[in-house]
Amino acid sequence: MKIDREKLLDGYRAMRTIRDFEERVHKEFMTGQIPGFVHLYAGEEAAAVAVCQQLDGNDTVASTHRGHGHSIAKGCDVKAMMKEIYGRADGLCGGKGGSMHIADLDVGMLGANGIVGGGPPLACGAAITAKTLKTGGLSVAFFGDGAFNQGMTLEAMNFARVYDLPVLFVLEDNGYAESTSSSWSIGGHDPVRRAEGFGIRGTRVDGHDYFAVWRAAEEAVKAIRDGEGPRFIHIEFTRYYGHFEGDASSYKPLNEVKDERRYLDALKFFRARTTGGKMLKLEELDAIDEEVATLIDEAVTEAKAAPPPDLSTLTTDVYLSY
Amino acid sequence: MSVKSFREALNEAMRDEMRRDPTVILLGEDIAGGMGSGGEQDAWGGVLGATKGLMPEFGRERVLDTPISESAFIGAAAGAAATGLRPVAQLMFVDFFGVCGDQIINQMAKFRYMFGGKATTPCVVRTLFGAGTRAASQHSQCLYPVFTHIPGLKVVVPASPYEAKGLMTQAIRDDNPVVFLEHKAMFDDKEEVPDEPYAIPFGEARTTRDGQDATIVAIGRMVGFANTAADNLADEGIECTVIDPRTTSPLDSDAILDSVEKTGRLVVVDEASPRCGMASDISAIVAENAFGALKAPIKRVMPPHAPVPFAPNLEDAYIPGVDDIHAAVRAVVGAN
Repeated sequence: MKIDREKLLDGYRAMRTIRDFEERVHKEFMTGQIPGFVHLYAGEEAAAVAVCQQLDGNDTVASTHRGHGHSIAKGCDVKAMMKEIYGRADGLCGGKGGSMHIADLDVGMLGANGIVGGGPPLACGAAITAKTLKTGGLSVAFFGDGAFNQGMTLEAMNFARVYDLPVLFVLEDNGYAESTSSSWSIGGHDPVRRAEGFGIRGTRVDGHDYFAVWRAAEEAVKAIRDGEGPRFIHIEFTRYYGHFEGDASSYKPLNEVKDERRYLDALKFFRARTTGGKMLKLEELDAIDEEVATLIDEAVTEAKAAPPPDLSTLTTDVYLSY
Repeated sequence: MSVKSFREALNEAMRDEMRRDPTVILLGEDIAGGMGSGGEQDAWGGVLGATKGLMPEFGRERVLDTPISESAFIGAAAGAAATGLRPVAQLMFVDFFGVCGDQIINQMAKFRYMFGGKATTPCVVRTLFGAGTRAASQHSQCLYPVFTHIPGLKVVVPASPYEAKGLMTQAIRDDNPVVFLEHKAMFDDKEEVPDEPYAIPFGEARTTRDGQDATIVAIGRMVGFANTAADNLADEGIECTVIDPRTTSPLDSDAILDSVEKTGRLVVVDEASPRCGMASDISAIVAENAFGALKAPIKRVMPPHAPVPFAPNLEDAYIPGVDDIHAAVRAVVGAN
């Protein structure tokens, strides 16, 4: 596997953008200026990025309530996302969706989703569209370890199998569905075998390792594009923050969280691997860090200054026409 | 123009729209039948035969028999609609809404609003409803009030074969998610139906009968019952207007209010459960907006607050009947 230099730089930029975006939302949320709930993707960056880097404009992604990472990785506008999280008029969804419903169909992002397991059936539908219109596209269903026990997800996996739909099922297993350990909640304790029970080939990867996720996703996407039908990837990683902001994660034992940022950090791994092997220069990555820091600063400043939605939009876009 | 059944009228609407628009696909359980078997293909054409013949004409690429996985295929309809198709999904019986409610209520209904107007979700959920076939509590409900409650959905309840064809054509052409409820006891009803395609706009009630003494609003199969009751009452000298809203969302409340302004009396006939149903909703709208015109309290004709029973005598007692409508109208006009 040789990853193109430009792809590596793009991947690093996307991961850094997600990390900084989430760290900043975490900080700003504590000031009380962000309404509602946010679920942060910090710690999980390599999964969204290395998977979405295998996709093109015909491909679609169905996301989860922890959707900021998928949105950034699929190409949503970062400043418009930040405005959406602040509930502003020119947020990506006009301030009517918020963190849990960020979507941009123009870039193939079918939406974060407030319903655990809501996305996989939608990904099947997008795959039916791709097949019917012969676009060559595929659809990725990202879902968490909680959703892997939801009927909707399991129905979607079977449906995708019997129709050989071009769907990549990506189980993002951060160890906890809210406060409940996936080592307990996933009966059988072997997601890949569960997928294989549906007749879907699967593989398990370390989600802190961009290169491992890349390899798995590249192989799976190629197989799907070659007409194999659905594939499955089980990605294991950790979320740095609680289920939602404000959750102290007291259900996690200390030995799990101690030093996790030292030993379980996709960005650190990436920097060490690419600069140690002379694939990239440290200065290149530092320059990206600076650019991203500026972008996130601007995004927050602009979001705070942006006006809220006009009250006249309260009842618009319920229907196209009624 | 020829005499067609409710079933044939629905079939023609779907067939014509599929011929006209290659992005229209059908999906659901047994909508062709025989999927994966060595036996007869298109064996069923849907549980009551409304999609018979469509798979042979359009192929299995556009007529997708599905596993019994309502969440998967109703959700797939939502996802396909948001990405460029016009799916018509068949939720076999509306009672099965209980196993896929999320995809209807939280997904397809809300995309457009949640995504700031950027999503278009043109899909139809066809579904059988209603009592009268001895199918008991899990295959007989009238859940249109549930869907009417949800902003983002349009809800259609056709009351005759002519209505079924025109409203189905409109449902498929509509750019919003539509729940289309077909009363299973009406599939063999017949009337003159044009051969060519036509669309009946949503939100425009029709008046099936004119009369100055009372307004009867009836939904779905109850429209026929109301017409019969009105004919009988005319023999007693009581002349009723009968209004079929056609769609409960949008609801043509103007047509109802205009009629009540003239008659001063309202009876609403609704086969759905009485609490938080359409009869209550329509009564509230009239009480709020035309109270001054009312010459008598509004009467609602509804089943009891009970599940639909199995035993024929119990089910017959459950369903609102022509006699119940007679009694309600006589009460509001003071003819008792």
